[in-house]
Amino acid sequence: MSATLLIDTDLCSGCESCVSVCPFSALSMADGKPLVNDQCTLCGACAEICPEGAIRVPEAAPAAGPDPAYRGVMIFAEQRLGRVAEVAFELLHKGRELADTLGVTLTAALLGRELDGPARELLRYGADRVYTVDDPRLEGFTDEAYGEALTQIIRSVKPEILLAGATPIGRSFIPKTATQVGTGLTADCTELEIDAEKRLLLQTRPAFGGNIMATITCPQRRPQMATVRPKVLKKGAPSDSPAGEIVPFNLDWSGISGKTRLLEIVEELSEKVRLAEADVIVAGGRGLQEAKHFSLIRELAELLGGAVGASRGAVDSGWIPYAHQVGQTGKTVAPKLYVAIGVSGAVQHLVGMQSAETIVAINSDPQAPIFDVATYGIVGDLFEVVPEMIRQLKAAGG
Amino acid sequence: MHIIVCLKQVPDARQVRLDPETHTLIRQGVESIINPYDLYALEAGLRIRDERGGKVTVLTMGPPQAEDSLREAISYGADEAALLSDRAFAGADTWATSFTLARGVEKLAPFDLILCGKQAVDGDTAQVGPGLAERLGLPYATWVRKIEAVEEDRIRVQRLMDDGYDRLEITLPALLTVVKEINEPRVPSLKGKMRAKTQKIPLYGAADLGADAGQVGLSGSYTQVMRVFAPVRRREREMLQGPVEKQVHDLWVNLKNRQLIPFDVAGSR
Ligand SMILES: Cc1cc2nc3c(=O)[nH]c(=O)nc-3n(C[C@H](O)[C@H](O)[C@H](O)COP(=O)(O)OP(=O)(O)OC[C@H]3O[C@@H](n4cnc5c(N)ncnc54)[C@H](O)[C@@H]3O)c2cc1C
Ligand SMILES: Nc1ncnc2c1ncn2[C@@H]1O[C@H](COP(=O)(O)O)[C@@H](O)[C@H]1O
Repeated sequence: MSATLLIDTDLCSGCESCVSVCPFSALSMADGKPLVNDQCTLCGACAEICPEGAIRVPEAAPAAGPDPAYRGVMIFAEQRLGRVAEVAFELLHKGRELADTLGVTLTAALLGRELDGPARELLRYGADRVYTVDDPRLEGFTDEAYGEALTQIIRSVKPEILLAGATPIGRSFIPKTATQVGTGLTADCTELEIDAEKRLLLQTRPAFGGNIMATITCPQRRPQMATVRPKVLKKGAPSDSPAGEIVPFNLDWSGISGKTRLLEIVEELSEKVRLAEADVIVAGGRGLQEAKHFSLIRELAELLGGAVGASRGAVDSGWIPYAHQVGQTGKTVAPKLYVAIGVSGAVQHLVGMQSAETIVAINSDPQAPIFDVATYGIVGDLFEVVPEMIRQLKAAGG
Repeated sequence: MHIIVCLKQVPDARQVRLDPETHTLIRQGVESIINPYDLYALEAGLRIRDERGGKVTVLTMGPPQAEDSLREAISYGADEAALLSDRAFAGADTWATSFTLARGVEKLAPFDLILCGKQAVDGDTAQVGPGLAERLGLPYATWVRKIEAVEEDRIRVQRLMDDGYDRLEITLPALLTVVKEINEPRVPSLKGKMRAKTQKIPLYGAADLGADAGQVGLSGSYTQVMRVFAPVRRREREMLQGPVEKQVHDLWVNLKNRQLIPFDVAGSR
């Protein structure tokens, strides 16, 4: 059986909106009607836009329904070097809401060493139960040990939903676990909702570099698994008297071959504030003209308690390490405040930062695309504007 | 050494522009290219081959025209190529994609190393590499920014993390996904371009891979795309006016009102 797009040429009015919206150039017009070629991935963008409802994506044959033994919401609580990642608390807050809607418990899985403190913290932020695997072999991250450990926990606890942070660690090993347990996985979600009646998780994520959004479900398999982008969900308030419990989980190590060996963990960020978790980011682009002018960016970032970001142009010029690069080939960030200084705003940069809450753009070129996404724009010479920003902040006691 | 590089043909994001009015994509005349990250994977493979001998095979699943991307990879220096193409493969999610690629890899066995890009710039999932490794029972590392050493039976790599990097040693055969920091890809050679024109590229469909229709494409996928829509950009933009001093002042007042800065700059003028 081969799946092709279903086009009802009688309904089609020949408006061509499907042709222009197709991300894959899979549609063309022939005799006033759309024609689909082999590039089609059945993504459904055309069906969505068609005013006549003339296009349909074929539905996959419904197989057996999901296994009803799977109940509850579980989050993977990432920690690195003993520090629980912020995204774990964000997931707990959302997970609580989802669990309450479904009338089930919220659990967390925590892997590493000396987990008592972190586990208690997870209870305070809303987990009913925290499964811990405390083992020196989980102290550092390897896909093999983490993937196997989470798979075993899922097979034993059987949650219907599993959420993890879309961090370098989560995006690395969660696909292994999803493959092992045999379920679908939605990447890098920015929105989660529940269809309570069908007990379906509606997972919305950007694709195509953030230029299209897709809502994805996993109707047949359990758990429904998603990685969720840090900083898009809100963290809740901690409770002083949490009721939950900590349950050590007995891992069977026999299937873990040790073919991946972690030799060393090297911390490398030159800045105090981590880009991915920063509330404020001040980013510099090619407009800075020279490496030494990044000192302006650093000073402003420091005054605002923020992290330093950069466009690909600035990184390629060798002015600042790649670790600071924001955009499609760098980091995706979503701070409360993003200040773009001398950054042109190529679409590859925009996709990495356009979900920031407030964006300030400072650029000498009024046509620069960065202004398309800006909340506040200043057209001017950054070498005048930024020193003035610093002066006024300092005068205000910053 | 036999190195397999998985590459995907994608629409060229560099040609995609945002319509400043509607904030939708302008995709007119967008060409298909090799996923940018996959060129770094290819280069990494070619360097290991050039140093240690052996061959590089490029593998893709895609529509018939994905063959162009394989030929392009040959012009860069890949030795062999294989195309997995079948109407039944359409609409695959990463579960079905990694299944199909795994069957394709088995056709090319034995091998020592599989290289993938960090992610493909259309689907953006970064799930195919790890999924494929698991299907094949291989150890793997993602986000590889440096290959430190390659030996007969093991490889040492650096994996990029948020706050630095990890050094790992992995037993071969293994799979790596690479980030752009890993190298600077070469340009196609004249000799390569000539060979790209004539090289025979085997094509495998679902039947050749011993896969039934229920395992591949849309019907073999566990995730379903319910809806695709343009992102809402609900930003009202304000261009600040006046002399620099006033613009900056207005900015701080606005940011203060949004509770984004702790300072009160109101009296600073
Ligand atoms: C809007 C939209 C959203 C989607 N969301 C999801 C989702 O959340 N979950 C999901 O499972 N699927 C999803 N898909 C489907 C997914 O994009 C496809 O399965 C696709 O085949 C995998 O591509 P990717 O871009 O995700 O690859 P990635 O996993 O990002 O690619 C990583 C690397 O894998 C290799 N590779 C990938 N595809 C191929 C190929 N065809 N041939 C050879 N090598 C390849 C390349 O080396 C590449 O660099 C989505 C598709 C669309 C259109
Ligand atoms: N002195 C300057 N002040 C502000 N913007 C500048 C200045 N010089 C160059 N630019 C802008 O810097 C941008 C380069 O950004 P990028 O290539 O994204 O790093 C371009 O859009 C220029 O318009």
